[in-house]
This record gives sequence, structure tokens and C-alpha cells, in this order.
Amino acid sequence: MAAVTPEVLTSTHVEKMKKKKLPKRYWEETEKTDQSQRRPEEEQGKAGQNQNKSTVKEKSLKRKNGESLEKKDPFPGEAPIPQKQLQKFQRGKKCKVPAGARERLKEAIAISEAMSEHAQKQAARYDLLLPEDAGFLEGDEDEDTNTISQADIADAVDITSGSKYFNLHLSQFGPYRLDYSRTGRNLLVGGKKGHVACIDWQTKDLKCEMNVMETVNDVKWLHTEAMFAVAQKRWLYIYDSKGVELHCVKKFNDVLRMQFLPYHFLLATASATGFLQYLDVSIGKEVAAICTKMGRLDVMAQNPHNAVIHLGHPNGTVSLWSPNQKESLVKMLCHRGAVRSLAVDKTGTYMVTSGLDRKLKVYDIRAFKPLHSCFLPAGASCLSLSQRGLLSAATGEIVQVYQNVLGSNPVSKPYMAHRLRGQIWGLAYCPFEDVLGIGHGEGFTSMIVPGAGEPNFDALDTNPYRSHKQRQEWEVKALLEKVQPELIGLDPGQLSKVDQASFEQRHKEQIEALGFDPLAKDKFKPKTKKKGRSSAGAIEKRKRKVAHEDQRDEIRQSVQERTEREKELKEKSNEKKLGNKSTLDRFRK
Amino acid sequence: MQNENLVQISFFNQLMLVHPRKKQNERSEASVQVSEYFVNAEGTGDKVNLSDLLGTVEKTSGASNKTKKQLRNLQSSKETLELPLNKQQTEKIQRGIAYEKTTAEVSCWKNIILQNQKAEQMVFPLNQESSGPKRVEQVVAGWKVQTPLEQEIFRLLHGSRQPVNDPVLTPVEEQSLKAMSLEEAKIRRAELQKARALQSYYEAKAKREKKIKSKKYHKVQNKAKRKDFLKQFDEMVKTNPEGALEELKKMELSRMEERMSLKHQNSGKWAKSKAIMAKYDDSARKAMQEQLQMNKDLTQKMVVPSDDEHESIEEGLETVPDFVNDPETVIDPVNPWMRGQLTHEEPEISCVTAEEVQTAEEENEEEEIIGEFERKRKLRQADEEDLIPTEEERKKIRTILSLFVSTREGSNQTRGGLNTAGEEDEEGLLSEGQIRVRSIEDLEVLDEVVEPRAIEEPSAPQTAAAEATSEPPHKKKREINLKEVLTKEAKAVRLPFLPTVVDEEERDEQISIIKEAFAGDDVISDFIKDKSRQEAAGRPAVVDLTLPGWGEWGGVGLKPPRWKRKRFRIKTAPPPPRQDQKLPDVIISEKRTASVASHQVSQLPFPFQNTAQFESSIRTPIGSTWNTQTVVKNMTKPKVVTKLGAIIEPMVKEDFIKSKTTAAGDLVFLSNYPKKINFIIFFLLQTLSSIFVVSLLGCLLNVPT
Repeated sequence: MAAVTPEVLTSTHVEKMKKKKLPKRYWEETEKTDQSQRRPEEEQGKAGQNQNKSTVKEKSLKRKNGESLEKKDPFPGEAPIPQKQLQKFQRGKKCKVPAGARERLKEAIAISEAMSEHAQKQAARYDLLLPEDAGFLEGDEDEDTNTISQADIADAVDITSGSKYFNLHLSQFGPYRLDYSRTGRNLLVGGKKGHVACIDWQTKDLKCEMNVMETVNDVKWLHTEAMFAVAQKRWLYIYDSKGVELHCVKKFNDVLRMQFLPYHFLLATASATGFLQYLDVSIGKEVAAICTKMGRLDVMAQNPHNAVIHLGHPNGTVSLWSPNQKESLVKMLCHRGAVRSLAVDKTGTYMVTSGLDRKLKVYDIRAFKPLHSCFLPAGASCLSLSQRGLLSAATGEIVQVYQNVLGSNPVSKPYMAHRLRGQIWGLAYCPFEDVLGIGHGEGFTSMIVPGAGEPNFDALDTNPYRSHKQRQEWEVKALLEKVQPELIGLDPGQLSKVDQASFEQRHKEQIEALGFDPLAKDKFKPKTKKKGRSSAGAIEKRKRKVAHEDQRDEIRQSVQERTEREKELKEKSNEKKLGNKSTLDRFRK
Repeated sequence: MQNENLVQISFFNQLMLVHPRKKQNERSEASVQVSEYFVNAEGTGDKVNLSDLLGTVEKTSGASNKTKKQLRNLQSSKETLELPLNKQQTEKIQRGIAYEKTTAEVSCWKNIILQNQKAEQMVFPLNQESSGPKRVEQVVAGWKVQTPLEQEIFRLLHGSRQPVNDPVLTPVEEQSLKAMSLEEAKIRRAELQKARALQSYYEAKAKREKKIKSKKYHKVQNKAKRKDFLKQFDEMVKTNPEGALEELKKMELSRMEERMSLKHQNSGKWAKSKAIMAKYDDSARKAMQEQLQMNKDLTQKMVVPSDDEHESIEEGLETVPDFVNDPETVIDPVNPWMRGQLTHEEPEISCVTAEEVQTAEEENEEEEIIGEFERKRKLRQADEEDLIPTEEERKKIRTILSLFVSTREGSNQTRGGLNTAGEEDEEGLLSEGQIRVRSIEDLEVLDEVVEPRAIEEPSAPQTAAAEATSEPPHKKKREINLKEVLTKEAKAVRLPFLPTVVDEEERDEQISIIKEAFAGDDVISDFIKDKSRQEAAGRPAVVDLTLPGWGEWGGVGLKPPRWKRKRFRIKTAPPPPRQDQKLPDVIISEKRTASVASHQVSQLPFPFQNTAQFESSIRTPIGSTWNTQTVVKNMTKPKVVTKLGAIIEPMVKEDFIKSKTTAAGDLVFLSNYPKKINFIIFFLLQTLSSIFVVSLLGCLLNVPT
């Protein structure tokens, strides 16, 4: 840094020092003696005067402050940051400077370490700005929280919160699938018999409602609340928030389940024909189509941590997929019966599965190990995990909410329960709200689950209160920061690692990708000569001349090496033979 | 005589035959015998020994015994001096020394370059002033004279040269002390007058003549001039031989040019046409002859005038003195305040044109000078006695102003001492900007402190976060029964209310459950099969190079013998253990994801020694999604920042190496700077109207007169 600022100050200091030593000047005298004379001058040269005054003031202030500071300030330096907060923002391990490191390396490590520490500290300091805290439902003594009914809760809480418990009686076109938008403001419901509606559920403002006159398998919001995808009987349709059909994607047929990867702008669909397809909604192209060869795919979940798609299969396995690989990344045998439902938590650490064997299993999907399992009498047909880690499971017509599922200790009883009328078809927690949406045969129910939603939202990422303009700006930014589908993999930090594959391996991959070997030598093609010299025989002869050139070279080299070695050996043996030197040795060459 | 000569010649020839290549040394010494052909002394061929020379030393009594002894030793010693090194070697040594010198010279840049390379951010131009509000001293110090008004004021200030550091005599006084007497001044002025008048007369005449277009006139004129010149030249040879020599040289040059060219050789187009006409036309013949004559004249060699003749040098009356061409000092006649100037170095110059007015003025001016001088003396006396307050004031203002003027020349003065007054003035006016700039730079150099960048030490190691999820190593083998894994004891969950309604679907489910219960074993065995298949696919295949029938009987149903199998079946090294080796219910694909690999770093960047170091160095993301605004700005700040439109000059040695002497000088100059007056002038210029400022300053300056 070649900053110039500090030097200027030093110069003035030096000046002052010098000034003291010099003899008195006449203008100094006049300044002291006759004030009246100085007046006009002073007005003209105000700045100069002020300068002097200010310096005097500063000096006095400094002195005062210095004394006072020494006495008063009991907390010198920066405010300390709690270790817990610091740990929260720690990224990776610190690198130690090796003992015999070069100066450059030392500097590089020191700079990077200082930078990351600074970032960590700043982030920890800014943690102050997340003031909201989550609460939970607490029952009286010897009262189970799961016996508290929704109506009681709605009565107890304030009006706005109470209004979040509501039922939509839609018995005609049920059962319903549902999806909340990423900001949690909008709700999309799709009845099996073709009824699709999107609602601003907090204001109960119906944005659009229609009947697509076809079976609806699944509904999903795309990146904004302006568009949503509906998996209908044959094809995938995309509508806007007014209900206008934007696209009919005929490449995606018989879609049963959908997942939207918001940072990649990918719509992943699982079809009845066993295809897993990825649609890039930002460019409208199919990124990948993978034939899973696992039959009908009606269980699907995404891992929000690394954008890997989890699929549940009838043979009790769960497979993990990325658009970059034609075979599954991981295949786990989870249940003895078919997998009925899947859910992955926000941090990408835990996966919860339920199968036909009526078991609920919690897996650590970083290590692919089961943590614990529990037996549900009716088995869970639908699973959903909230932002704060509450698990809701639909067993028959009862929705159960479990607390502290994600961990090593097994659960014994549900945190909350709610009985509904009709088969439950869809479960989804509303982001940033303590609300669980339930789609069932008789319509839709919004259930209050205290402590479900994340109390602090990142307004730059997903702002529930954003305006129209903000949404537009966010859209542009999000598109600019779109993550390419090539980067999807089990380890999202793969990009920050050095590729340690060998040259051969990379070369092989290159050949596979290109379809030819870019480093291969061209085959010898003899020139066509004239005057009858390009006859077939002549060409063959010429080819003979350069045939196996590489091999010949190798052979030549090896022969040369061998002869040299032999020569050396011979010399050595000769020397050994003539161990005692004779006088005539000097004439030996 | 002739015989003798002949003999000598023959002898010489013989000598030349014997030593054809040896040249006779020409000697310019006086000798008894002087040969006609070459100067020679007696006994030339003989070698001169040291003893011959030293013999005299032995005899002389003046030389000390010591030196004699030394000389004797020298005589007796047979050692020869070593041969000087040959050219290549000496050059090599010289080069080596030069290299060392230059390396020493260049190496002083090493530190600053390293520092700049290491710097996180470089801001160009390097000596940039801070963008914030400046102090008044800085503003005034970096103030350039730009507008005409400012220039005028500075000229005014320059005119009154006042003492800087309380010297005994002001420069003006010193100058006036050096001034000439009245009579001398008068003579000088008269000379000047005449010269000026002459010059103007000549100029007018030349202009007039130049306007005439007639060729004939010019021809005649030229001829006349030439004649005149020749006459003058003859005269000049007598009077001014040096000038004549120069003229001669010029002539010689023109002769050379003539000889080189084909001009006047009757070879041109015109000449050829004339040659045809020459038979019949007299005029043509004449013209040709004329041309030839011209050629002859031009090519004729000039006689070198003898240098012997030295005559008294008289100055030609027509020659114009040098000082006539000196530039006139700019004194604005319109500006009434300019007359209040304290000094008039060359008052004569201003009054060349109007002669009648001059004389009166001249007298006035001279009187002024003298009067001023007297006044000054008085003033000084008064100062010494500390008498009159008004005069004190006057002097004060003058000194302040002079100080202000002098500060601009401060650097010059401090270095080279005081110049003569006239020179100083001119220099100041001409190169004002430059000097000022230099002084500012000096200031900055003074100020600049090249601080060695403190390397940020990594702070104390933090306690590593304990991985909560790390589990004790699993020591299960493949043989573990999958059934056990899958049928782990599961806790039954107590429900608050049991399912009451049984749907058709649920009934279906129950049926399927029963189905699954029977097919449960199948699921597991399928999975195990699948996994083994995957493992097998991952294992490298054995390359079989056996050729049946070679060295034995071939045919259907015959197996190649063991030795053959052993020799020609090539096994490759087993792959690294699979990730899912210890997880019986998991199949993890071993395929490498090439899509990410194309975005990854494939080679370790320079200063890092292993991948762990590099990976830890990039572990902190720099995006605004993960960081606070300040951190993002800090992390993504550009390496080089340039100011738009600013000239980035190469680094100068003075920027980082400060010599103590200049620093000290600048300090003194800075401290003496009368800030107050500076501020006054500066702000006046900034705020007030031009006329007012000029008049005000004029008042300030007029006080002493």
C-alpha cells in the first residue's frame, strides 16, 4: 500500500518543532500586542487562523482525553466476541505454517489466515443482527403437548397468528398436493382431479384458480411466485401466477414428482417411466435425462445442501442423483419394504425415510449411516422437515409432528398431532412461519406448529416482505449468481479442492468427453506423387519406411543403452582383472 | 658538395635496403649534425643504457646516497616488468567491476520492488495527495501560478526582492552598491541608444529591399554586395584576421560545394541549348563564358593570408553590440502600480524609441535610483535605531513579500546560494512553474516516510471445533448380516389417537405390506448382488495374452498350460479400497465426476507446498452471500488502483531514498515561510476581483517609496 496520507501529518509536526527553535518574528509580536490591527487580516486569512486554533484545541482535548481515558475506560480495545459465536462461523481448520517454509509461503498463509479470521469475526459480530428466537409449545405439568388442539392454540395466540390456522374445504377435486413459495408468502395447491389454485395464504388472496381438466400429480413453484409447474397426466405444464399456460414441456412426460433447485434454476422431475429429468428454467433446456431403471418414481426429495436428488424406490432403496452422472451417486438400502416418503433436512446432514415396513428411519447422509429408527403403527405416508428440524409425518389421517428427531436419541412420542378428515396427500412447512400446510382428501389445512419456522430470514436471499421491485432485482441477481449444473455433486465444496487426478486419468476423461484423442499422432498419409511413382506398391513401400517409427526409436534406444552398459561392465571387469598396476599402464589409453 | 650529397643518398638507400621496414625516428632535438633528409643525432643507432644516464647521477653531489643506491640496485637487477594483461583479460576484469558497480546501484531498488510486489494494493500515481480536505499550508504550497492575474501579482512580488533570513543587506541594496557611476551609466546609455537606432534603421532598410520583386535589381544588388564584400574582406584581412579566416572558411566550403556539383559546368539543359546557339549568337556565347568564369571563380583556391600580420584590433562602428538583442524586460506601461516598483535594473532599455521624452525620464530614473539607495540607507539606520513605527511597518511588509517571493526560489537559493539579482529575476520569471513543482516534490519527498510493511502475524491458534458427529471407527466386516442391520430394534411410538378410518388405499397398502413381508429376503439379496456386481465392475480386468496352440497342441477343449497362464495373464494393481467397503447397505459410485474437475484447480499454485495449505487458504468464500459488506470489499479490493486521467510516472529514486541534506534545507525553508501573507494573497486571489487585488497589493508594495 502506497498511501500518502500519514506523511502529510508528520510534516506539519516537524514544522512545528522547528518553529519553536527560531527567533521570534515580528508578526507574532503584533498578534499578541495589537489586536485591533490584526482584525482585517484575520478576516482574510481565516483559514490559517482557524488552523492554529484548532491545533491548540486538539492539544488540550488530547490531554484531557488522555487523562480521562486512563481512568475511565474499563473495557479497552474491541468488544470481545463469544467463543460460541465464533465457532458458529468457523470455516474449516486453520492451516499451520510448516517449520521450514519459505518466506513467500509464510506470507501467503498469514494473509489468508488473517483474512479468514477477519471474516469470521465480522460475521460473528453481525450475528447480533439476528435477534429473533424460536419458541416451542409447552404444556402444563403432566399434560402432553400433543393433546393440545389447534383450535386451543389459535385461541390462545394473537389474532394474526391465530388466523394462520384455517381449513379450505375442497372435497370435490381432492386429495391435494401443495407447495409454498421460497419466501413463504404464496401457496400453491393442486387437487388430484385437476384443481389448481395459488393463494397469498396470509391475506387469503386468491391469485388464480383453474381446473386443468387432467390428473394433477404434483405442483411446484419455480424461482419466483410468478411461475409454477404442474405435473399433469401426460406432460409438464408451466403456468404463470394468473393461470396462463406458458409452456407445455412435452419432453417431460408422466411426471409424478417434482423438485425445484433454486440456486441452479433446475426443475427436477421423476416420472412413472423411471426417468429423472432436469429442466433448466432459466434457459428452458433439458440439462439431463437419466434413466434410473428403477421403475416408477413417486418418492422424491432434494438435499438443499448439495442439490442432490433423493429418490425412493419400491425395493426399499434410496438412490442419490446428480445431473452429471448417469448412474446413482449412492444407493442405500433403507427399508425392507418400499420407500413411502423421504425428507432431507436443511443442512444436508440428516435424511428421514419411511417405508412400507412402517418404520421411520433417520440417516446421517454424510456418512450414510442409520442413526435410529422407530416403528409407527400406521406407517408414514408423507414426511416433511421444517427449517428448525421439526418432522411431520402423516399416518393415515393424522399428522404427527416430532421434535428432536434429528439426532442420535430416538423419539418416543410426538410433539403435536392433528386429526384430519381424509387421506393426507401432501405435507409442507411454510418457510419463515410456524405453519404446516396439509393437503388431504377434503381440501387443505393450515396448522400452527410453534417453533417450526426459521425466525431470522436473509432478506437478500429470501425476503418474505419484499416488494415487486425488490423481487425483480432479486431475480436478476439470482440469475447472475446461478450455479451451473456441472457443480452438483455429493460434496458441494469439491470446487475448492485441488484436482489430484493423474494425467492419464484426465486424458482418458478428455477422450471420453471429446470422442477422440486430441494428443494422438496423425496417421501417416503418403503424398500422391506423379509420373507413376504413386502406384500401390510404391505407396506401400513408403508406408513401410515410416511404419512403427516409435517402436523403432524405442528399440534403437534400448539397444544403445544395452551396448553402453555392456561396455561399462567390460571396462570394470578389465579394471578388476588388472588390479595390480604395471609400469606399462601409463601407455594404456 | 654534390658528391657528398650523392654519397649520403646512396648510403641512405643502402640503409633503406638493409632495413626496409624500419622507420627512422625523427628527432626534433637540436644537434650538431643536421642531415638534409632527416633530422638525426650522433649515435642514433646505439642503445641507450641506464648506466649511461645514471653515470651523471653518480657524479653529481646533489643527489642523495639513498637514491644512488636505489639506482644502482635498479641497474644491477635483471628483473623485467611483467607484461600487461592482454586486451581480453583487462576487458573481462573491467566488465566484472562494472557489473559489481551496477548491481550495487540497482540493488537499492530491490527492497522497494519487493515491498510493492507484496503490497495488497498499489495506488497509482504513487505520490498521490490525500483526497480529503487539505490544510491551508498544503494548498498554498501546491499552488501554481496560472491565471494572468496571479502571474502579475507574482511578478510584482518578484520585483521587490526583500531579505529572506534577515541578511545585513537586501539584494536590492547589494545590487545598487554594485551599480556603476552616473557618468558610466550615461555613456552606456548613449551607446545603447545608438545601437538600437542603427538596428531599427537596418531592419527597415532590409524590409524595404526585400519587398522589391525585380530580378535584375537583385542581380545587380548581389553583384554589388559581392564586390563590397571582397573589399571588406581585403580590409578585414588587415584589421580583423580572425573574422577574415572565418570568411575564408566559408568561401572554401562554397568552393568545395561547387567542385562537387555540376553547376556552372555548361552541362545543363540551358547550357546545351546555348551551346547550339553560340555559333550564331554572341550573347549566348557570352552567357556561356560567364558561366564558365563563374565556375572558375568559385573553384579557384584562395590564398591563405599570412598570420604574421598582427595589427591593432579596432571595433567596427557598424557592428552591433550583443546586448541589443537581449529581451526587453516586461514592464507594463499601462499599469500604474508597476511604476511603484522598487528597482529598475535596466531603465535605459525602456527608453529607446522616444528620444525626447527619454532624457528627462532618464534623469528622473537615475535620480530615483540614487534617491532610493539613500532612502534605503536611511531606513536601515532607522531600523537599527528602532525609531519610526511607520517605517518598521513598511519594512515588515516588504520583508514578508520578499519572503513570499523567495520561497519560490527557496530550493535554488538553499542549494546554490544567492544568484546575482538580474539573473535571479529572469530565472524566476521564466522557470517559475518548474521551480515550484520541484520544491513541492521536495516537500513531499521530505514528508514521505517509507514504512516497511508490517507483516501481519497470524493470531493465536484457535481451538478447533470438535466435530460432534464424528463416530468411533466402525469395525464391521462385509460378512455382517444385512438383515441384522435392517431389522434393528425400532421403538414403537405411542399415539394419542389411533387411526379410526380405514380407507381402501390403506387396505391396498396392507396387502402390499404382506407382499413385501414375504419378499423381504429378496430385497436384501438383490441389493447384495447389485453391490457385488458393482465391485466386480470396479476391479480391473486381467489381461489374457495367451495364444492357444503356440508351443503345444491346440484344439477344442484344451486349456493353455499353467506356465503359459502364469506368464501371459497380466494382472494390474488392485484399485484403492472402495468407499463403501465398511457400509454393507450402501453402494457408493466410484466414478469420478469429470464435470467438476474441469472447474477445479489441477496444479498446485506457487507458494504452496501441499494441497492442504492451498485448500485452507481458499476456504473462506469472498462473496457477499457469506460475508459482511466490509469484509467483501476488503477481500475483493483490486490489486492496482489508478486514478482516472492522472499521469503515472515511473518511480523516481527520490521517492523512496531521501537524502538528509535536501530534507534539512526544505525544513528550514518551510519554517521561514511567512504563512500569513501567503494566506492573505491566496484568499484574495480566490475571492476578490482582480483590480482590487492588484491595487491592494500595489498599496502594500508602495509603502516604502
